[in-house]
Amino acid sequence: MLLETRGLVKTFGPVRALRDVSFDLQAGEVHGLMGENGAGKSTLIKLLTGLNRPDGGSILLDGRPVSFDSPRAAQAAGVAAVYQEINLIPERSVADNLFLGREPRRFGVLVDRARMVEEARALLRRYRLEIDPRRTLRTLGLGLQQLISIARVVSLGARAVILDEPTSALSGAEVELLYGVVEQLRRDGIGLIYVSHRLSECYRLCDRLTVLRDGAVVASEPTASLPRARLVAAMLGREQVAAQKDHAAAHGAQDGPDTEAAVALAVEDLSWRHRVRNVSLQVRRGEIVGLAGLLGSGRTETFKTIYGAEKPDGGTVSVAGRRIASPRPSESIRRGLAFLSEDRRSEGVFAQLSVAENLTAAVLPRISRFGVISRRRRDDMVRRYVQSLGVKAAGPDAPITSLSGGNQQKVLIARALCTEPDMVMLDDPTRGIDVGAKAEVHRVVRGLAAEGLGVLVTSSELEEVVELSDRLVVLDEGRVTGGLDTAGRDSDDVLAILAGGAAGTNAPAHGAAS
Amino acid sequence: MSAAVTEAGAAEARAESRARIVGLIQSRGAIAVLVVAALAAGLVFPDFLHPGNLGDIVTAASFLGLVAIGQTFVVILGGFDLSVGSMVGLGTVLAAYAAPYGVLAALLLPMLVGLLVGLIDGLLIVRARMAPFIVTLAALLALKGLAVLLAGESLVIADPGLFGRLANGSWLGIGNLVVILLLAYALAALLLNRTRYGAAVFAIGGNEEAARMLGVRVERVKIATYCLSGTLAGLAGALLAAHLSSGLSSAGTGYELQSIAAAVIGGVLLTGGVGTMLGALSGVLLLGVIENVINQIGSLSAAYQGLASGAFLLLAVIVQSGLTRQRAA
Repeated sequence: MLLETRGLVKTFGPVRALRDVSFDLQAGEVHGLMGENGAGKSTLIKLLTGLNRPDGGSILLDGRPVSFDSPRAAQAAGVAAVYQEINLIPERSVADNLFLGREPRRFGVLVDRARMVEEARALLRRYRLEIDPRRTLRTLGLGLQQLISIARVVSLGARAVILDEPTSALSGAEVELLYGVVEQLRRDGIGLIYVSHRLSECYRLCDRLTVLRDGAVVASEPTASLPRARLVAAMLGREQVAAQKDHAAAHGAQDGPDTEAAVALAVEDLSWRHRVRNVSLQVRRGEIVGLAGLLGSGRTETFKTIYGAEKPDGGTVSVAGRRIASPRPSESIRRGLAFLSEDRRSEGVFAQLSVAENLTAAVLPRISRFGVISRRRRDDMVRRYVQSLGVKAAGPDAPITSLSGGNQQKVLIARALCTEPDMVMLDDPTRGIDVGAKAEVHRVVRGLAAEGLGVLVTSSELEEVVELSDRLVVLDEGRVTGGLDTAGRDSDDVLAILAGGAAGTNAPAHGAAS
Repeated sequence: MSAAVTEAGAAEARAESRARIVGLIQSRGAIAVLVVAALAAGLVFPDFLHPGNLGDIVTAASFLGLVAIGQTFVVILGGFDLSVGSMVGLGTVLAAYAAPYGVLAALLLPMLVGLLVGLIDGLLIVRARMAPFIVTLAALLALKGLAVLLAGESLVIADPGLFGRLANGSWLGIGNLVVILLLAYALAALLLNRTRYGAAVFAIGGNEEAARMLGVRVERVKIATYCLSGTLAGLAGALLAAHLSSGLSSAGTGYELQSIAAAVIGGVLLTGGVGTMLGALSGVLLLGVIENVINQIGSLSAAYQGLASGAFLLLAVIVQSGLTRQRAA
């Protein structure tokens, strides 16, 4: 056995990130490590590479217990990771990056550039990468950069290599190159831990699959004996949706004719890089549409492209029947499209400012006269929304950071509503919010639909999307692969579709998404 | 699939050729501007291109030039060293104190103290994780105070002798300071581009976290770089004292910012990771040319020198940000 863990335990404060994880990797094996966000994959990688120390259990390399106190120590012993965000120096040449810290030298001092370039060329050729080593790394695609990262760690003597989401940003051609490199590594007897959300990739590459959920191993089997449906079920869990979807019936009757005015949002053939591929969907007024998909399926990217935060490569977006000609956030807001980012901390809240200032940040012109903000108008507006959304705050001037996560989120929803939109997009609106507050946010979202707004929503928890939405649009690898009405369904039905979509059967059995 | 590969290949080739042009402007733009500016000045003021005048320009710029070497390393590393201005002043004072004990003492004492200051700066930045701006600003103030405490306004070197000739003599008709400056830049270029240390400096400035993950000893390299900067500032101070035959506590005032300006004009990216010694030298000399031209005009006050330097710096930054956008595209 090349690398093995026995009963690994790791806690961060109150969070049990890993509990009793036993895992092993053989030489020449490609072992897929899967799981949704927060399942413990990253923690396991950090323990294996010496970034963190385990609280319990042991790590064995070649059958001997080891303890790494830094990535450097792990690398020296032969365990290295290549991360999704590329850890190389973009402004330096490929050869510089490959040989950083161990440049061949003349007279023991001066770097022998000619030899370094030659050795780099030979190394790249071994993995069938025809790249001029003198090129600046930055000018290569992200995929190639990642492959160069792999070449570097292997040439440094790594025998167990962890590829952390190697293909989440690759083009098709680059994926093929990666497959070639992986095959070479397998022949060289190097053990690979392959972390990815892409089911089709894992099935193509991996000999074995291990699934983590909530910090524990929930499945570990040879790839051939683990069918997709069971894999997806293991990743997401099979808990039944507890809450009743009482609102679904209410909206069932609203299926009027698809007149222009009734459509709040129409997206056609929208594409962005390789992450959003020809997405088409519609949201009617008064309807809550859920975007369902595994992590990495392109949910957030789809939102951002619709909103114009990412510049689409093709396709159109219309709000309330009017096309957004030049996609950018300011234009989207003007046309009545509001968006709430998943990342509350870095893209939402102004931490230094008060509740009122946060709430009205997007509509300052509307509450100002001659450029001076009218406190009275501002406070009127704040009072209205604080009341209607049930924000619990000491007052309009309370610092936003004094509010709970759920109430902060309500303030951000209120900020989006201040612009009087026809259509609201909410990316994971209950992320990091406790259970009680979640129900509150759900109530608010349903209230928006009841007032005739179109709502497009997603969540990192599948059950939540199913519970909240009238209709689902299923995304897989940036494509719409299916859709269904959620009335009377639970997440198990959706699991089947997700597994099916990942399997490439692409059967939109419940009618087109739009 | 093959069509996709070719397409990707063509796009990459375009990106590569664009990167080459961007890199060329970045590293050689300043020297081109320097040559053009010098020729233009020569057309307007016939005396300007006289070898004597050119020698004067380089000699006058040599002290800032030495300081700018260290500053360039620090900026490429992703930091700042504001302490160098006061270190030059303190260096002149220390050299004046040590001059009676011989040339070696007069040269080494300021360099040693500079090394020590760099070590303290570096340790505070690396170990105590303090911001380079604040740490070196504190050093700037403290060293200035120390220099005044030691020397008052000035301290005359009674008999400079060999020490004085070191700065004011010449070799094959070229002023010693010019030789020292060019030699220092050549060595610095070698250190930056052809050693593991230099590669580590670029790596840290380019992406510190990645450099650490790649096994670069980030802390060590950082401390060494601040030491290098301090030592060179000390050397600049010693040579300035030899040049002036005295220690001046106010010498070197403003060098901390001028050296950063020179580096940036020379194409060193203020955010780190990119830069050349030739560019930095061009930046220093360009500032020197501006000063000389303003003096040639005679009727203009020194205020115009600042104005012109500022304009060039602004221009350089505008070009830089344009290039940065190019590189991001």
